[in-house]
Amino acid sequence: MAIFLTAESKVIVQGMTGSEGMKHTQRMLASGTTIVGGVNPRKAGTEVEFPADVTVPVFGTVAEAMAATGADVSVLFVPPPFTKAAVMEAVDAGMPLVVIITEGVPVADTAEFFAYAQAKGTRLIGPNCPGLITPGQSNVGITPATITGPGKIGLVSKSGTLTYQMLFELRDIGFTTAVGIGGDPIVGTTHIDCLEAFENDPDTAAIVMIGEIGGDAEERAAAFIKANVTKPVVGYVAGFEAPEGKTMGHAGAIVSGSAGTAQAKKEALEAAGVKVGKTPSETARLMREILTA
Amino acid sequence: MDLYEYQARDMFEKHGVPVLPGIVATTPAEARAAAEQLGGGVCVVKAQVKTGGRGKAGGVKLARSPEEAEAHAAAILGMDIKGHTVHRVMIAAGAAIAEEFYFSVLLDRAERRYLAMCSVEGGMEIEQLAVERPDALAKVAVDPLVGIDAAKAAEIVDVAGFPEDLKAPVADVISRLWDVYKNEDATLVEVNPLVRTEDGSIIALDGKVTLDENAEFRHEDHAALEDKAAANPLEAKAKHMNLNYVKLDGSVGIIGNGAGLVMSTLDVVAYAGEQFGGQKPANFLDIGGGASAEVMANGLDVILHDAQVKSVFVNVFGGITSCVAVADGIVGALKALGDEASKPLVVRLDGNAVEEGRAILAAANHPLVTIVDTMDGAAAKAAELAAAAS
Repeated sequence: MAIFLTAESKVIVQGMTGSEGMKHTQRMLASGTTIVGGVNPRKAGTEVEFPADVTVPVFGTVAEAMAATGADVSVLFVPPPFTKAAVMEAVDAGMPLVVIITEGVPVADTAEFFAYAQAKGTRLIGPNCPGLITPGQSNVGITPATITGPGKIGLVSKSGTLTYQMLFELRDIGFTTAVGIGGDPIVGTTHIDCLEAFENDPDTAAIVMIGEIGGDAEERAAAFIKANVTKPVVGYVAGFEAPEGKTMGHAGAIVSGSAGTAQAKKEALEAAGVKVGKTPSETARLMREILTA
Repeated sequence: MDLYEYQARDMFEKHGVPVLPGIVATTPAEARAAAEQLGGGVCVVKAQVKTGGRGKAGGVKLARSPEEAEAHAAAILGMDIKGHTVHRVMIAAGAAIAEEFYFSVLLDRAERRYLAMCSVEGGMEIEQLAVERPDALAKVAVDPLVGIDAAKAAEIVDVAGFPEDLKAPVADVISRLWDVYKNEDATLVEVNPLVRTEDGSIIALDGKVTLDENAEFRHEDHAALEDKAAANPLEAKAKHMNLNYVKLDGSVGIIGNGAGLVMSTLDVVAYAGEQFGGQKPANFLDIGGGASAEVMANGLDVILHDAQVKSVFVNVFGGITSCVAVADGIVGALKALGDEASKPLVVRLDGNAVEEGRAILAAANHPLVTIVDTMDGAAAKAAELAAAAS
């Protein structure tokens, strides 16, 4: 088992024929992902050849790709100005899971396509995220698959490179699924969504949660852990030394009710019984102690 | 990007939000001329700084004549308000205020939609009001797919408790403020105070606007709003090279890939630095995913020219970024800098092509470069070298 993504997942790539799309489709194929199609209206009906004699058909629309292949995951390598339309198209087609890798999407666009997806029951991951990997089964996004292996840890993180660091440090124990939720102000899948899924996943024995300054997602996750998570959780928060943001309005502080500092997040997690590491390596050691005790 | 009040005022005017005439001045003489241009009567001299509390700090003064405006400007220009130096004042026409209200619309990160907040009790103490009497501050959720339409604006003024005769005019101003939020891709539009004047007009007297930098591709005019003069020279140079760089006050220069890893690197350096007389990071520099040797070299160039830097910590986890490109960038930059490069570098590489990257550095065998295998160990080494050079 795993969360959100398994060996059975059939993946299409929106923006596959662009340079980033081509590069990462090749990497996803190499890490065992079942990629059943690409989407580009101008290249519909063609095929793209990848190494190891793999050819991937290109469809004109997400709906056509789903009808022809039974795809249940779409991953987007679409430039920011076109991301909203691409997500809306996937949601309209009834795609269950849409993973948005694109960095630099205007937050108003994200707010709109998130509201749209939520109403229609599509799960979004991202934007501005590395995607998710279920090691040994499937890899959707840009995570380097070779740095880790399958196992019993679940990981959820705002940061891409800190995800890689943790996957690497704990590669011998291995992971069920690692989800990079992205660091934008609005993300489709939250820490809480992943914690809930990991709690319900019988193969996940323990959870690593990586957060960073800004917002109050970690504080909310801490409250959720206290009330709902029985599995051990180890945490890491980045940004203790980050310069204080030049917030000008009072409005932000009024809404979140929290300072959003790394210290506040660390304290909230510790109060919920989460062991929080001072460095990524110490965090990995805490997880190792829990699982080998 | 946060705007100055005068920029917010201009943006409000563009979208039909009622504002008072206002003119920016950078010298006392300009302030006097501006006051004369506004009619020579009562005006307000307002410090233009991107922080709150300027009224309490003496940065807002009423002037009864152009002479008085000049004198106030002379006092306010150059003033320090919470670490922000005042370079500009706005001379605004005076208004006979009958009542002060509050309105804002902003991104609600937790609920992943927008939130409008409104109160019939505006003024300086809105944060205190929110804590002490939360019922006096109306909070109304806004669906991003609908926005603030006529019905939503009516709901907001209703929940806020405006008297019947003010509901329509205030709702009209709120609709126009929504136009600013929506059409300019703002993440915050705040008006405090929104006032009713004695002659019955509703006017946005002071505005704060934060724009979404990700949306600049559809707002060509937004780049001109950026305050280039206020940027640190190293930050300006880095920006010119398309580097994501923030200057800090410590002694250990930092280069890494990915915002999370770089933030974490700052923390780990400060933590390790406690053992070495409190060494701290000198900067934040994220070379991003898939960085080339050139980007790496540009980053080193910026950091080695920071006089406060005593040692440099290059911390890369190769996901998409190849450690070969990082190693090539370091070797190339050191070669290009020649004798100018005089600060020790601690390099920690892991991930994609790590063996090849380490081999390139080992072969170059540069006397300034130390390779350390772990992030914590490398941070300690960089802090130790910075302490030795201080």
